[in-house]
Amino acid sequence: MVAIAPPTDVYASDTPDDGGGVVTIQWQLSPDDAYLDGYEIYRSEDNVDYERVGFIGKGRTMYEDETEDGTNYFYKIAALIDTMKVYSETSKPVMSSAQWIDRNKINIIIAIIIFGAFILYFTYHARKGKELYIRKIAGLQAIDDAIGRATEMGKPILYCPGIGYMEDIATIASLSILGEVAKKCAQYDTKLINPHVEPIVYTVAREIVKEAYTQAGRPDAFDPDSVYFITDLQFAYAAAVDGIMVRERPATNFLIGWFRAESLILAETGASTGAIQIAGTDQVSQLPFFVTACDYTLIGEELYAASAYISKEPILLGAIKGEDSGKLVIVGILIAASIIGLLTTLPILNLFR
Amino acid sequence: MKKTFPLFLLFIFGILGIIPFIVPHPIVQDTNNFLLNVFLKILAAFALILGLGSLLRVHMDKIKRKRQNWQYSWVLIITFIITSIIGLFGGVTGEGILPTRIGSFSFDIWTLYFNIEVPLGATMFALLAFFMASAAYRAFRARSSEATLLLVSAFIIMIGVLPLGERISHHLPSFTQWIMDVPNVAAQRGILFGVALGMLATALKIILGIERSWLGGGGGE
Repeated sequence: MVAIAPPTDVYASDTPDDGGGVVTIQWQLSPDDAYLDGYEIYRSEDNVDYERVGFIGKGRTMYEDETEDGTNYFYKIAALIDTMKVYSETSKPVMSSAQWIDRNKINIIIAIIIFGAFILYFTYHARKGKELYIRKIAGLQAIDDAIGRATEMGKPILYCPGIGYMEDIATIASLSILGEVAKKCAQYDTKLINPHVEPIVYTVAREIVKEAYTQAGRPDAFDPDSVYFITDLQFAYAAAVDGIMVRERPATNFLIGWFRAESLILAETGASTGAIQIAGTDQVSQLPFFVTACDYTLIGEELYAASAYISKEPILLGAIKGEDSGKLVIVGILIAASIIGLLTTLPILNLFR
Repeated sequence: MKKTFPLFLLFIFGILGIIPFIVPHPIVQDTNNFLLNVFLKILAAFALILGLGSLLRVHMDKIKRKRQNWQYSWVLIITFIITSIIGLFGGVTGEGILPTRIGSFSFDIWTLYFNIEVPLGATMFALLAFFMASAAYRAFRARSSEATLLLVSAFIIMIGVLPLGERISHHLPSFTQWIMDVPNVAAQRGILFGVALGMLATALKIILGIERSWLGGGGGE
């Protein structure tokens, strides 16, 4: 018969920063941990009848148990070798409860507030009439030319917002650009084709295009059938848009939004029809395809800046400026942290320890 | 009012979207789950009806005006009606009131989906290989210094991942891996970093009502 020592200092506490229903149990390893099979976790509501609620391997000192909020629980841990068990002391009673704030995320909220403050500060200055410089983005500068080309050729413009849902930021940014493009289409009396894969995005896009035509003073020119739903299947949508490109021969294709594997199918078909193609997405895996097959590509964040850039609204440009300033601060922090991180690996710093 | 009300709604629901991120309490999480899993689905169902209405209207118009290839619109409309009847009355796997089996031949929605839609989708996906080849040809024409750099690095990587690379030099596979792990990842992280901050800024701009282009090309305030 071999005697083994039990784990010690069993401490049970309500798991912090959670929605309740979980208790965290911690303990000090048994001195014989190396020889153990593991630890069994026992729970009781009255400190008399215990039930086994879990098992965890040796060398581990923590276990999270699912509980009912508002009930007191006692815990003890058993060190286990084969069929032999040695029980620890019982923990103090613990009760799980739900928290209202996740303290781990407070730093993110502070960063968001600072970031938001930068945006509001520059928006305020833009409102006061301060001149703001935004670097030129070739893809966005080409939008006017692309719409003009379609007008001169008497051909339509195809605007494809990708296959994203309404909650995707790339889709929202794409719809903002669609509003501006539709406005220019209304001004130049150019036909717009806007096929969709997602019903909610379709309904929102339809309202945006309609409103854009109204704002351009051409509500009568809005064709309700220019914005339409095709299918909610990815490759069926790709096939349908390919068909539109081949049949209608748009002079300009906008492929702006959230894309997956269909990006190259659409971009290559568009390139084969000789259309000017302006693409944009925040999907890193699809960017090489767009860069290869399209004339202009909005890479990542350029997509989000697009509507401000096209509309040239001072307040939106101010927001972009604020956004860039926030980024500059974060980049500065990252560089400083990287330098400190690198320096701490240098032996010379041991002199100061 | 026409613009104020949507902006007000957006602000409220935008804040409701942020709160569950910092409040783990079940009351907040359950409300958020209800909005995302129930409310949004109800909304999507209505939007789908509008979407299907739009699809039918476009094709009916095409038939009416005898536009190019109008005959194919009949294919869509007939298929739409047949599929709808089978789906509505035959059940997903044939458990509805409409019989969806003749002998050993089954034509319930599930069977139609797996035997028609899935192979057709796979066919479109397979085309990607050919499009990739033509895109690669376009990308690898060394017309500029960037394209030349792309060509050279792609060539090194293609050779490096093959057994031939190991034969040429023992250092080639590790150099290939270095290109993939260092310059490639650095560039991707740069883009992702900008995307993450851009997403945050866009969300803030929309919630605060600074960005209003989604209301129909109005730009800012």
